[in-house]
This record gives sequence, structure tokens and C-alpha cells, in this order.
Amino acid sequence: MLDVQKVKQRIAELRKLPGIAPKSISEILEENGFTRRDFLKWSGALAVTLGLPASFAPVVAEAAEVSDRLPVVWLHLAECTGCSESLLRTDAPTIDDLIFNYINLQYHDTIMAAAGWQAEENYEDALEKFKGRYVLCVEGGVPTKDGGEYLTIGPHAETGLHKLKRTAKDAAAIIAVGTCSSFGGIQAAAPNPTGAKGIHKVLSKPVINVPGCPPSAKNIVGTIVYVILFGQLPAVDNFNRPKFAYGLRIHDLCERRGHFDAGEFVEEFGSEEAMNGFCLYKKGCKGPYTFNNCSRERFNQHTSWPVQAGHGCIGCSEPDFWDSMAPYEEPLANHKFSSVSADATADKVGITILTVAGVAIAAHAAISAIKNPKE
Amino acid sequence: MATKRVVIDPITRIEGHLRVEVVIDENNVIKDAYSSATLWRGIEVILKGRDPRDAGFMTQRICGVCTYSHYKAGITAVENALGIKPPLNALLTRTLLDFALFFHDHIVHFYQLHALDWVDILSALQADPKKASEEAFKYVPKGYNPIATGEDELREVQKRVANFAKKGDLGPFKNAYFGHKTMKFTPEQNLIALSHYLKTLEMQRIAAQMMAIFGGKNPHPQSLTVGGVTCIMDLQDPARLAEYMTKFKELADYTNRAYYADIVMAAAAYGNEPSVVQKNNLGNYLTYRTMQTSANGWLFDACGYIKDFDLGKFYEIDESKIEEDVTHSWYKDTGFRHPYNGETIPDYTGYVDGESVDGEGNLVKAKVANEKGKYSWIKSPRYDKEPMEVGPLACMVVNYAKGNEKVRKVVDEFLAQTGLPAEALFTTLGRTAARMLQTKTIADYGLEAFNNLVENLKVDQSTVAPYVIDKNKEYKGRFIGDVPRGMLSHWCRIKDGVIENWQAVVPSTWNAGPADGNGKKGAYEVNLIGMKLADPAKPLEVIRNIHSYDPCIACAVHVMDVKGKKLGEFKVDPLYGAC
Repeated sequence: MLDVQKVKQRIAELRKLPGIAPKSISEILEENGFTRRDFLKWSGALAVTLGLPASFAPVVAEAAEVSDRLPVVWLHLAECTGCSESLLRTDAPTIDDLIFNYINLQYHDTIMAAAGWQAEENYEDALEKFKGRYVLCVEGGVPTKDGGEYLTIGPHAETGLHKLKRTAKDAAAIIAVGTCSSFGGIQAAAPNPTGAKGIHKVLSKPVINVPGCPPSAKNIVGTIVYVILFGQLPAVDNFNRPKFAYGLRIHDLCERRGHFDAGEFVEEFGSEEAMNGFCLYKKGCKGPYTFNNCSRERFNQHTSWPVQAGHGCIGCSEPDFWDSMAPYEEPLANHKFSSVSADATADKVGITILTVAGVAIAAHAAISAIKNPKE
Repeated sequence: MATKRVVIDPITRIEGHLRVEVVIDENNVIKDAYSSATLWRGIEVILKGRDPRDAGFMTQRICGVCTYSHYKAGITAVENALGIKPPLNALLTRTLLDFALFFHDHIVHFYQLHALDWVDILSALQADPKKASEEAFKYVPKGYNPIATGEDELREVQKRVANFAKKGDLGPFKNAYFGHKTMKFTPEQNLIALSHYLKTLEMQRIAAQMMAIFGGKNPHPQSLTVGGVTCIMDLQDPARLAEYMTKFKELADYTNRAYYADIVMAAAAYGNEPSVVQKNNLGNYLTYRTMQTSANGWLFDACGYIKDFDLGKFYEIDESKIEEDVTHSWYKDTGFRHPYNGETIPDYTGYVDGESVDGEGNLVKAKVANEKGKYSWIKSPRYDKEPMEVGPLACMVVNYAKGNEKVRKVVDEFLAQTGLPAEALFTTLGRTAARMLQTKTIADYGLEAFNNLVENLKVDQSTVAPYVIDKNKEYKGRFIGDVPRGMLSHWCRIKDGVIENWQAVVPSTWNAGPADGNGKKGAYEVNLIGMKLADPAKPLEVIRNIHSYDPCIACAVHVMDVKGKKLGEFKVDPLYGAC
């Protein structure tokens, strides 16, 4: 898969396409006070985030340079705008921001200046002008019940479902940003009154899922760059999540992992154990079942993450987590697992895996607790 | 009289999916207006039967912009139902998260969402940076210097934007309303504001970090639990406390040196623009105390309302008078209902065929609101059968009327510096100014809560109150309080250890709801009437006015139940009738 030559070929092809900017990204960065060295450092860091060998750093840089060949259309469906807000927080390095601006954001209704007819015109123009070339990012689940009437957009009251299908048709790649567009999200939790679904359920093209509630900006930007690099979707897991971000469990790199192994658990919030930073498994932490890079990347420029703030992970990047991970403050293995999702087959598979893991982890927790001389 | 309709859908630079339609006469004066939410999510329904401890995490997902409001509301409503009194440390920590949220929400609203209604970015390229740099000193509050407006910095901003404009594709700024007749800033003023637009991108990250210190992350913090807060390690760490204080001061400083100054500048430039200073038609304002600063103190302590723009008379709230109506909402009619008795049966009838002025000024076919029938997913909340405006403007004027000294000082100083009469608050400009004044009140007085927390931590380490949920008991409770977009309330009932009923009456519902069964219109609709449009093809006046409320439509449209399901019923407890 990691064939540098292929990637280079892909970039060379992209270079032949007309760009939007009169200058290269490195020139623009330079004007903004970033040296070539800064840029390569960023590329290197991103290559690591993407799970690529260090030798790929220059290729990442090249890919970023041709990124304006790929216009982005960002569609909001049934959502809360938390994912867009997450993207807004992107910082260290500030270059992320520039990259994002630079990738030529054609339509994003939270930040675009135009509204109403002017916004509609921008949308249709982008779809026409960049037919077959734009990256479609979708935020929010798609309501499908009763023909999708629970969401309409625009002066002609087009349903979100229709708009999504039409836009997806000529997209070069489709990225589901956040748990809602990946798996349906909160509105798809039982009893799912609007028939909300992850967008891959209504599209016949491949969709890459970047779940999380919300996902980190790094995972979003990383995925887009990957699309440019390979001209295809990155390596994904069973749920179409890029492995570079969702390859490890939260638990694997958790700062409280030592306490888990030592059998030191928080039994009550606000307790002595909580003050000492013991493991939160018994307070419902879903880190052992959740694939994401929160424990490595943290949030808000590494300021913190839920486990550091003393609360367990709620499993927000897993499909169906609103139903399958509840109650969020109780260990999964403590209660009978019953999912209420419509997709019974997939659930059964998931349940089995989760239950086996759950039982094993609960057993570990119990045994270590017994062994722990402090208890 | 020949009238025409202008459909604006989507309203962008907001949270969620909103459409506004205005009916104009031959002089382009708005005769009528319709506000319509175009998305339904149904989160309360999903809450039924869940563990009460989980409610806050789910209500939080109502909105990712005011990302903390519904989390706190969901947790607090359950605590209220169970009779839990969280320790003071927890209450004050929650206030610290509120400060971060308000700073973040308000500056991002003004600069990233609202500013493009006021600021002409391309005009800034014509500005003289030296002149602009000098002019910036005119608008700051006494004792402050401007920020990010040095001549060197302004030159850099111009260069950066000039390069961007040269691309020939403005990306997200394409098809903006630059050059519109109601854009009133001079090139120099545009340049000052543009510099702050870019600077705010940096400042909002600091506000988000500020929340993450004790919240774990932002958006969607995760350190509240029923009974208190979980961030005990961070609270015990002096370095973490100092980190918070430093970021608070940075944001407070920015509020005074940029946000305050730019609003004073806008008041000077837009003071004679009729669409911006047209007096509101709705004179009722409602608020509820928020931001606890000590065991018994709140930064904004008023729980009540004013009527008919009268700043001289404050009325206390009676919670039993809060009701919702669905005559023009896509639900089967139930008449006015208190949230505890709410019943909602979806009945989508869609839009009807009609015509709208399009972006070229031509009349074209469009789907339009069925004005005699139903036309929105939002309900119409009323207080004592009257529409009320909620939001920072309501918070400031009602606290002013009640005699909140801090609010009075901040508002009076602003009016004195701008030379505006108090009446000017009741306008589009005033609504935008009030949001800044609310932020300034936090900036100037918020550290009191932080200092009280530090003092209390010396003698008390508790962060969570213990509790049990008795499965044989029935509970009910609620949260009411102002959040960035105004008065929010969540109402819950717990039975057999699970959630039996959940209802939320959110700020944007109050403001954006359609007319009620008595024909009384909400704030969005009624306040547009009488406004004259310079160019119906580019209805910037309407967009600017709607943005001044900071719409949050995901918040407004989740408040529903599925077909035929009753949301439970019981009488309002008079105990909750006073605050």
C-alpha cells in the first residue's frame, strides 16, 4: 500500500490540474511567517499522525502543495455544528488553519458570507465547476423516514436526503465528519424518530468515516490530506474509519493505564482515589472498547481530555454508542447488553465482541482489585 | 397593494437550518415576516427510558456551539429533581466553564458569524493603515489601548487579504454583500474590524482551552456528573488554576480592547442607518439568573421580565405561566401547554407553491410558508400568553431594570461613551451591543467567582455530593437559567429509576417561533416589520437583523415527541414558582 512512487505519480497528475491560487502553498506560508523548515516539520508531524513512515514527510508536503486542486463542499444535515466548531479550534501548528483555508472551501454554511439565493448559487456553481473533483464533507446524520421530510434546505425546500445523494454523485471523495454522518449519531439513538442514518447507508459510493462527538481537527485534516496523497480512501477498519487515527483503543495509551494494571480504581467521583488519578473503568470508562487517538492527541492543543478531567470515555467514536455504551457512568460488563438499533445483524456481531472483551476486562478489574493490597 | 415575497433559505452563519421569508410592498418595506425551522431531530423522545445520569450527555448534543449549556442544564435538572445540592466547589467550577463558553460564543458570534453583515472586507484594502491605527484609539474604553491595530499589523492584514483576493476565487467569502448600501464602515474602520476578525480566530482557541482546563475538551466538555464535577485533580493543581486565570485575563483584555471598541465604532458608523436602529416592535424581555459567583450570589441575578420597553419596572417570573403553542408548528394542535404537560404529535404539511424574489431580483417559483397553516418545526413559547424576547439583550435590560449594580455600570458607561439613549438598546444595534456588554460584565467582574473558588478550595475539598436514585420514588425537577442565547429551561420527570419525561424550552424557540394561536408573533417575525430593504435581491438588512439574535436552530427544533406518544402530565409545583 505504501508505495511512494504511486503517490508521487498521483501528485504529478494533480499538479497538471488547474489550481485556484496563483502561488504555491509554500510561498503563501512563507508570506505568513512560516519557513520551509516549519512546513516540512508540519508535514513530518502529519505523516506520523497518518501512520506513514518518516520517509513520507516530503510527499505529504508535496500533497499539501497541490491541495487547492481539490475544492471542498461541506454539507450540514441533522447535526449540532460541534464538528465545525471542533475544526475551528485547530491550532498547533497554525498551519492547519492555513491548509484548511487553502484547500479552497467552496461551501460551508457556518462560515460563508452568502445566504439564501446567493448561497444556493455558490452551491450549484461549485458542483458544476468542480464536477467530479470536489471532496464532499458531510456533518450530521441524514433523516430518511417519511421521505426525509424532517430536513429541508433552500428556497425549493429540497430534502437533505435528496441534496446529499445529488451532491455525492459527482464527488471525488466523501468524508463523513463526526459520529452523526458516520453512524447516525444522537438522533439515530432509539427510537430514532426521524429514521436518521449514517450517510453510507444511503449512498452507493465509498464513504470514509471520521467519527467522534466531535472528532479532533487533526483527524479531519489528516483524512483530507490522505485522500490527496493516494487518490483513494485511506486504510480503514471494519467501520470505515482511517486506521491512522482509529487504530488503537483509548485504553492502549491511556495515562491511567498503570492504575488499571495495578488494580487501582476510582469507585466514587470526588474520592481520594479520584484525586490520585486512579483508573476510571469502574466509573464507566469505555476506553477499552473505543478506537480513537484521544489519549495520544488530547483536545484543544493538548490542554486536556475527558479522562484527564476525571470522567471516563463514553465511547463517542463507536457506532451506536448512545445505545450500546449506556449507562455512561457504569462499566459495560455490569449490565446485560441489549441494543435497540435497527441493524440487528451488525449489532449481534458487535455485541459478541464487546461482551467477550467486556467480560475479560471486568475479570481483570475484579482480579486486580483482589490482588491490590490497598483494598 | 402589490406585495412580493423574499425567501431566504438557508440563513447561513448560524447554527442549524433556518428559513426566513419577508413580504414587501412596492417601496420594499417589510409588511410581514415568517420564520421557519427546517429540521427536526427529536432528542427528548430519545431520552425517555434512559438512566437519569446519562441525560446531560445526550442533551449536550442538542447543540455543539453553546456546547456546555445543555450539558449543564441536563445535569442540573436531574439534580433538582433528586434534591441534590452539589458542593460549592462544583457550582463555582461550573461557572468557570460558563465564563469560557460566553467568551467563546460571543466573540465568535460577533467576528466570525455576524461581522460580515457589518464589515466590508474588500473595502479594507483601500484603507490607510496609519490613519486606521490612529482611529482605533477613539473607541476603546477608558484606561485601555487598542489591540491588533498597530500600523505594522494592519499592513500585514491588508497584504494577506490582498493576496487572498488576487486568487480570483474568494472561497467562503464568495457572493458576499460587499458594497451593499447599508454597509457603513469607512475603509479604515473595515480594516480595524478585519484585523480583529483574524485575531479572534486565535482568541477563540484560547477560550476553548480555557473550557478544556476543567472541562476536558471543547466542544462537548465531559467533566460534569450528577452531584458535582469530576475534575478534582485539576482543581487541586495550582498550575491549572493559574492557567485558567491567565486565559481569563487574556479574554477579558481582548473583550475590552477589541470587542467593546468595535461595537462603539459600529454605534458611531451605523447610528444613522435606519435598518439597524429601527426600534423593535416587541417590548417584552425575559431572563433568569445565571453564573453563580458565591454561595448565594449570581453575576446576573434577575429572574423576571420587563414589559413595553419599560426599564423602570421589573417583574418577577412565575414559572407556571410558561407555555408553548403549536398552531403554526408542524404538530397536531393541542392549544397552549405548560412544558410539564407538553404533547407533540408531528404533522408535517410542508411548504406550498409560491413565488420569491431571487438573487437577481426576478420573481421565480419557490416553496413558501403556508402562512394560514403550519410552517415551522419550532413551537411558540409564551409567557402569560405573551411573546417574549430572550438573549443577552433581555439579560442586560432586565438586570438593569432590577438594579443590578454591575450591569448598570457597564451599560451606563457604554451609553455615555457612545452618546446613545437607553432606547437605542431596543434595536438591531442594541441587541448586538448587549451581547458585548454581557461579555464585558463577565470580563470586568467574573474573577470574583474564581477567587471565591480558590478560597473555598483551601478549606473544602468536596467536589461531588452523594445521592441515591430510589426506584420506587417519582421525581420531577427543572433547570432554568440564561445561556449565551438567552433563557433556557429543561424540565424532567423520573420514574422507576429512569427518565419518564423530558422537555426543553430553549432560547431560540422563544425568539424564532412562529405566530401563536392568538395571532401574536415572536421576536424574529414581528421585529422585521417596517424595515425597508435597499435591494430585495440582496436582503442584507434582514440577515443582519436575524443574526443579531445569534440563532441556534438545532437547539430550537429538538423539542418534540413521536407520533401519538404522550409526554406525561402533572401540575407545576408552586415551589418552583419563584427563584
